[in-house]
Amino acid sequence: MAAFLLRRLLQSIVLLVIVSIIGFTVLNLIPGGPLAQYALDPGMTEADRLRIAAQMGLDRPLYVQYLEWASRMVQGDWGTSYRDGNPVTTVIARHVPATLLLMGSSTVIAVAVGTWIGIRGATHRNSASDYVATVGAMIALSIPTFWFGLIGIYVFSLRLGWLPSGNMYTIGDGSVLNVLHHLIMPSVVLALVHIAIWSRFMRSATLDAISQEFVKTARAKGVPERRVVMKHVVGNALLPMISLAGVQVPSLLTGALVTETVFSWPGMGRLFLDSLSYSDYPVVMGLLMFSAILTIVANFIADVAVALVDPRIRLA
Amino acid sequence: MTDMTVSLPPQARWWQSRVVRRFTGNWLALLGLAMITLLTLACIFGPSLLPYDSLYVDLRARFAPPLSGQHYLGTDPLGRDIAARLLMAGRISLMVGFFAMLLATLLGTVVGVIAGYSGGWVNSVLMRTVDGFLSFPTIFLLLALAVALQPTPVMITIIIALTGWMEVARIVEAEVRSLKEREFVMAGRMLGLGRAHIMFREILPNAMGPIIVAATLTVARAILLEAYVSFLGFGIQPPLPSWGNMLNGAQQYLGTAPWLAIIPGVAITIAVTSFNFIGDGLRDALDVRKDTL
Repeated sequence: MAAFLLRRLLQSIVLLVIVSIIGFTVLNLIPGGPLAQYALDPGMTEADRLRIAAQMGLDRPLYVQYLEWASRMVQGDWGTSYRDGNPVTTVIARHVPATLLLMGSSTVIAVAVGTWIGIRGATHRNSASDYVATVGAMIALSIPTFWFGLIGIYVFSLRLGWLPSGNMYTIGDGSVLNVLHHLIMPSVVLALVHIAIWSRFMRSATLDAISQEFVKTARAKGVPERRVVMKHVVGNALLPMISLAGVQVPSLLTGALVTETVFSWPGMGRLFLDSLSYSDYPVVMGLLMFSAILTIVANFIADVAVALVDPRIRLA
Repeated sequence: MTDMTVSLPPQARWWQSRVVRRFTGNWLALLGLAMITLLTLACIFGPSLLPYDSLYVDLRARFAPPLSGQHYLGTDPLGRDIAARLLMAGRISLMVGFFAMLLATLLGTVVGVIAGYSGGWVNSVLMRTVDGFLSFPTIFLLLALAVALQPTPVMITIIIALTGWMEVARIVEAEVRSLKEREFVMAGRMLGLGRAHIMFREILPNAMGPIIVAATLTVARAILLEAYVSFLGFGIQPPLPSWGNMLNGAQQYLGTAPWLAIIPGVAITIAVTSFNFIGDGLRDALDVRKDTL
């Protein structure tokens, strides 16, 4: 296990370095680079800009700048927001809980519904309901998340008046119930695509597990079919799903960004868009890097979890 | 010894017809093909058949609901005809989707073939770069690039391709890695064929099945991504219409003019669903393994 952990950790670090190089390249693609904020400032002459660039070390070779930027990132100095002068890490930290709440509740919905649909599809293979689920999943994957959100608001907020159309809570009422009431629609909207993904993967994983020898053995022993499915089949089918949970993080974050925009949800996605509109590049860069780090960490945790549950992986 | 000249096996024709038969046996794939053909034809010929121009502003006819007079799908907040805008937007959105797919598939295929055939450190560097790109949530990278570069249709196409080539690269790499141990590749090496010739003329044609499937699904993805960035206001810029930017701003009129939000969304969903259906049909017809979504 120690060797597996070490190897996997090393891979994650290499990936982090690559991700940081991509991030740094994007930062330097912005016209004016890190000084873009001042590019059109009439109070500054070209000479001022050059002097400031020299003071900030922006006239040095790119790789020197990269190394310095990366070492500051590692030490936790992610720069300060142009907008309010707070450290980028503080600004991001303020918005992380709302996004994690949204992603967490969506994942719970997606896993619960998707797993159920997947297992049912596999055990009732080629039935009408399996066919509907398969076609439904393909259509769900084709619906833009933000549009689904707009339709949801139209139906459930404007027509029926059952659910709030946005924000995380009613001002002056921060009770848990109030937040939950606001959470229902965004998390279902975000979950739709992932229900489709989970159900398709769960269906094929269940089909793989059903054809295994140990399932035949269990049936031959006279184990009731329900128990065969629940214990032997589902247990094994769920294994690859742990890795899927890790792989899904970037797509969840993408969905979260548009969902937060539609529902004015005060999370990282909303912050990212606001920062883009204000040309607050340190926060944009910080969020870009943070989202990639979140993905890498999630995949690392998922792989370790799989290895803990399945000895075949860590001994391979 | 048998004859060493390379010739196409006679089964090629039979194999082809089997693919066609399987594809046409899948009514969802046919439905997708029919829908996308109709949509494309409507986008090409429709605008000239409609009574209004997509850019014609008529403030007296603002917020006309669908089926009012000659405005078959109603009008927007500037009184422009939504039907005309929808079809002009379709030209942009479908073109962005198609060309982004071409670029992404080309880039992904080249990276995948080189990585898969070379192995060793070349493979490591290329495939870890693929992993690196995949670590970013697509929309974050896309928006950052869209702000950094000018959001013209051409640039948006390039940016979408830049964030969408990795799946193709992974699929091609795996395919090429398994193909390169096969006899025909060794035969090619013994014949003294160059590396590039073996990679792109001998191996690549055998990996076309998965590439075609991935390319079809990439069109669907690219259309969706264009809709995402344009909806958020960082993609195709008005007055040029795209399905995404027609939805930008629709939210504030949701209570009074819901058709502004409903109509372009239906168009996007139909286009994307069609390509997903076609891709799924091709996957079954070409016998591509189903482990990639």
